[in-house]
Amino acid sequence: MINKIAESVATALADVQDGATVLIGGFGTAGIPGELIDGLIAQGARELTVVNNNAGNGDTGLAALLKTGRVRKIICSFPRQADSWVFDDLYRSGQLELELVPQGNLAERLRAAGAGIGAFFCPTAYGTELARGKETREIGGRHYVLEYPIHGDVALIKAEKGDRWGNLTYRMSARNFGPVMATAARKTVATVHEVVELGALDPEAIVTPGIHVSRIVQVPRVATAAGGFKAAA
Amino acid sequence: MSGQPQREQGTSVSSHQKRSKDELARRVAQDIHDGAYVNLGIGQPTRVANHIPAGREVILQSENGILGMGPAPAQGQEDYDLINAGKQPVTLLPGGAYFHHADSFAMMRGGHLDICVLGAFQVSATGDLANWSTGEAGAIPAVGGAMDLAIGAKQTWVMMDLLTKQGESKIVQHCSYPLTGIACVKRIYTDFATFACTPEGLQLIDAVPGLEPAELERLVGLPIRPAA
Repeated sequence: MINKIAESVATALADVQDGATVLIGGFGTAGIPGELIDGLIAQGARELTVVNNNAGNGDTGLAALLKTGRVRKIICSFPRQADSWVFDDLYRSGQLELELVPQGNLAERLRAAGAGIGAFFCPTAYGTELARGKETREIGGRHYVLEYPIHGDVALIKAEKGDRWGNLTYRMSARNFGPVMATAARKTVATVHEVVELGALDPEAIVTPGIHVSRIVQVPRVATAAGGFKAAA
Repeated sequence: MSGQPQREQGTSVSSHQKRSKDELARRVAQDIHDGAYVNLGIGQPTRVANHIPAGREVILQSENGILGMGPAPAQGQEDYDLINAGKQPVTLLPGGAYFHHADSFAMMRGGHLDICVLGAFQVSATGDLANWSTGEAGAIPAVGGAMDLAIGAKQTWVMMDLLTKQGESKIVQHCSYPLTGIACVKRIYTDFATFACTPEGLQLIDAVPGLEPAELERLVGLPIRPAA
């Protein structure tokens, strides 16, 4: 019988290896799998490459993971934020390598990895310093830059509901990178707030089919307002 | 700055009032057609949403996977699973939809959005855009969705103050800041005037009342073809 429900975050993350590329869902703090990041800190894997849209907020979550010094490189589109001081210090002191990627390329390179695409030509960043040294081609009168997939060893994502086959739904804009990261990693661990019986999820509404999911951990719902941005004045 | 037209001696200084931030937002909104799919960049462009003329239905896209984005929620109603690109809480209009990041950027890069409105550090007369980095040594670079938006929408419009705090034109012959995209800006809306960027350079669309063309050329420091 297939049962992807893990008893705990610790069991779900037990086999993350040193040197792994870890895809972490979330945009700002929406969709950040906080419990899994804390679990990865506790698990202790080192020399990690982390892929996330941002580079941590405040002192918790991804920022706390960076602070352990176990992340060698981060691939992201928007590291600099009002409260990204942990990243800022590590980057400025040369302790953390940054690969800055336009957000659409980040998403599409993950999609390509999940879809078995070897590389793709994309117009974004043509003629800019983020395309420097990259292969280009003119196709139909437009200029394109060659981009390669980003494969993950493990993806850590936050979903809303899941079942024992690993089918997932998401909530609002917390979906963001989750579905595409789930396809791009050899192993995907998702937190859900609700585990439901097989068949309870509307098949028309399942966003990530279970084939892309290895483990599901249920976590309590907590307010997501903490950190990452100032409340509107 | 090169190419600065000579100011004629003895001409009276034209009397004109700059567009306020809200007037500028209203000016941009005026040109957004009914039924348009629009992405508004972070900062000043966000303000355009408040000025869409009555009777026009405009659908806002947010890069983090929202179509049909609504205004900020009432205080106490914030849901931090529903935020905009600036990471502020927003709402979803009836008929709105959520989608994942690859779909969201495919929507942009596939040319499905009618208009995107962005802020800028500099725009060249032919529409090169610099809006993601000042290239300052030691600055931490961050690009987000700027490069995807700039080249993705059917039309990219820039909305900005014409002059820097030091009084230099932000419309230039060649951008000195790192580029976001090449020849991607169709129009520039500023507090003094609205311009079209063309392969031949700037063309005036309109200017605030009382601003003489010669005075505008002096401020911009580049030749400006008259409005068509």
